[in-house]
Amino acid sequence: MTLTRFLAAHRAELLSLLLQHLRLVGISTVAAIAIGVPAGLLAVRRPRAGAPIVWLANVAQTIPSLAMFGFLLPLPLVGGLGARVAIVVLVLYALLPIVRTTITGMRGIDPVLIEAGTALGMSSRQLLWRVQLPLALPSIVAGIRVAVVIGVGTATIAAAVGAGGLGEYIFRGLSMVDSTMVLAGAVPAAALALVLDGLLLGIERLIVSRRVPGLALVAALAAALTIPLAMTGRAAPRITVGSKNFTEQIILGELLAQAIEHETGYSVGRRLDLGGTFICDTALSSGDIDLYVEYTGTADTAVFKNASETDAARVLERVRRQYADRGITVLPPLGFDNTFAILVRGADARRLGLHTIDDVRQYAPEWRAGFGYEFLQRADGYPGLSRTYGLRFAAPPRAMDLSLIYRALAERQVDLIAGDATNGLIAAYDLSMLQDSRHYFPPYDAVPLARTSVLLRYPAVRAALTSLAGRLTADEMRRMNRAVDEEHQDPAVVARAFLAKLEREPASKE
Amino acid sequence: MFEHVHYARPPAGRVLDGIDLVIARGAVVALVGRSGAGKSTMLRLINGLLLPDGGTVSVLGRPTTDWDLLQLRRGIGYVLQDVGLFPHLTVEENVAVVPSLLKWDRGRTSARVREMLQLVGLEPNTFGQRHVRQLSGGQRQRVGVARALAADPELLLMDEPFGALDPVTRSELHREFRGIQTRLRKTVVIVTHDMAEAFALADMVGVLSDGCIAAYDSPRALARSTDPRVTPLLAPLVELGAVLPSNHS
Repeated sequence: MTLTRFLAAHRAELLSLLLQHLRLVGISTVAAIAIGVPAGLLAVRRPRAGAPIVWLANVAQTIPSLAMFGFLLPLPLVGGLGARVAIVVLVLYALLPIVRTTITGMRGIDPVLIEAGTALGMSSRQLLWRVQLPLALPSIVAGIRVAVVIGVGTATIAAAVGAGGLGEYIFRGLSMVDSTMVLAGAVPAAALALVLDGLLLGIERLIVSRRVPGLALVAALAAALTIPLAMTGRAAPRITVGSKNFTEQIILGELLAQAIEHETGYSVGRRLDLGGTFICDTALSSGDIDLYVEYTGTADTAVFKNASETDAARVLERVRRQYADRGITVLPPLGFDNTFAILVRGADARRLGLHTIDDVRQYAPEWRAGFGYEFLQRADGYPGLSRTYGLRFAAPPRAMDLSLIYRALAERQVDLIAGDATNGLIAAYDLSMLQDSRHYFPPYDAVPLARTSVLLRYPAVRAALTSLAGRLTADEMRRMNRAVDEEHQDPAVVARAFLAKLEREPASKE
Repeated sequence: MFEHVHYARPPAGRVLDGIDLVIARGAVVALVGRSGAGKSTMLRLINGLLLPDGGTVSVLGRPTTDWDLLQLRRGIGYVLQDVGLFPHLTVEENVAVVPSLLKWDRGRTSARVREMLQLVGLEPNTFGQRHVRQLSGGQRQRVGVARALAADPELLLMDEPFGALDPVTRSELHREFRGIQTRLRKTVVIVTHDMAEAFALADMVGVLSDGCIAAYDSPRALARSTDPRVTPLLAPLVELGAVLPSNHS
């Protein structure tokens, strides 16, 4: 079956992701024990002081994990991309079960034993270490078990902030619509949770049976949990490339990474599939990643919140200036523009000689149009489009889901749609893109962004990136997107093939 | 040891109301009374688990309020009603609790633990490594006594020590207790609701009633008491036809 074949083929990567996963869960669990047990003890001894801790642990548990990553990311110290923020989030989730079971365990101790200990002359500290903690231990270990199982699950989401772990397969699989890859992350994660749960259950039973001194066992356990820490210690890559979480971005990330590796021989780390523009931008500013590919229009409107501007050169210049103020260099555009694309069937375009959106005006009154919800609503979407080009359709445009819109056009349910200029389906369905001759849409030129300090330190990186300038056409991008989305090829393989092709066809000297 | 006026008042209200009691060194004193008469409170006042609201409780001539309470408690053996053995420790470890608190070295502790187990009639090699749940009620109580005596305290407090045992085991333990006491000569304060037990074990019996000492006398003298606060406690004894101990020392 395909899953086992995939796992066998990716043994080494799987193992390293598994270790990363264990490391995240291990460190966060040890930290949660170190915080949660004393917090639980405090809550038992001084209910008034302990109440806020229990409250906090309760609240933390109710926050969706992705949202928690979102608002911790920009914070100093705990924030930033990667394992640190993931561990903070995992600790917050692990706290509640540990605090709760510490309290339960302590409250469940027979008061006679407390009296006996006190009467024998134990100080309150001795009472704690010799009587209360050992007796509460089975309950605390039960809490640790719950925390570990929650942690294994939550840690899969940590891949969204570049912390690695088995979630990488899940997210990569989701964005590439590859269910085998999703399973390759999910199945080992579930297995890991079951194994750890069973292991801890065994430990819990050992403690209850009193065959081994419980505290020593827990100390050994904590040490064992941090072993993966040492095992994943590897040389940090010099340059780290990031990307957003859709196919084109992952291919572009691979492309940049391989180009740098090829040209400079530096080790390049990949933090591909990060959760969107906001996370990539935060990560680039903080230095968690050194470069990623952005689109000028997105930078202009989403990052810098500038007023709409449709001149490509002016937009590029504006974002170049604004990024420069933040220590980020905008490198020369790769050559394609992933703008909104007004699409018609290729057959219609050829038959009627359609090249620009202007050409459609005379046919529009007999046509039906289909647009995504957002395009219909946004001022710079359909309303402006119809005003700029004077388009009137036979019926009000139909609102459709973006994933269905290309097929709807190919199957003649509608006659014109607004899509993504570089979508692989354009070629797959033989669709034709009409030129925006009046420059209504803002430009979305793909440009590599890099931390200026990194370019100064490694000039070869700048050379490698500049060598890609203007070499990537929209057609090429579409073809590569299609290779990954439709033919399920590995983005790294697709990128490598493209770079090899560039080598064979040297850039024409201008 | 209870010098002058002493009384304690936990939240429930007045429990002890002007107690005057001197306990001689080396004596076995039984405190008898109905449930809630304040017997256990008196024990807790002696080892500083409670401090008097008024008056003074003195141990070895020093008020409990002046003692370092941890030192005081480590010097007093305490056998609880529910035994209170630690379920996470072995028999040996339970007996060794106070020596380890006093930081005795390993050799001295382990020798002492063996001695104590033998004293209470438990073979150290058989019972030392057992856990509490592997013991019968009588064996638990023996371990409780061994634990209380481990650090050789001057004073031994026993709160209903044999209350939960069947009559046969109880009288067996009574006999052994007297044997041990003959050898060790500790000052012992036993709390019990059972006058027969008090008569069987004690040199002196104090009867607690309404937070006061109604009577404090030898068993023999007490048996002839006509005090209405004492006679109800004697009644079951007479009905059972118990033989009053003629003499023990």
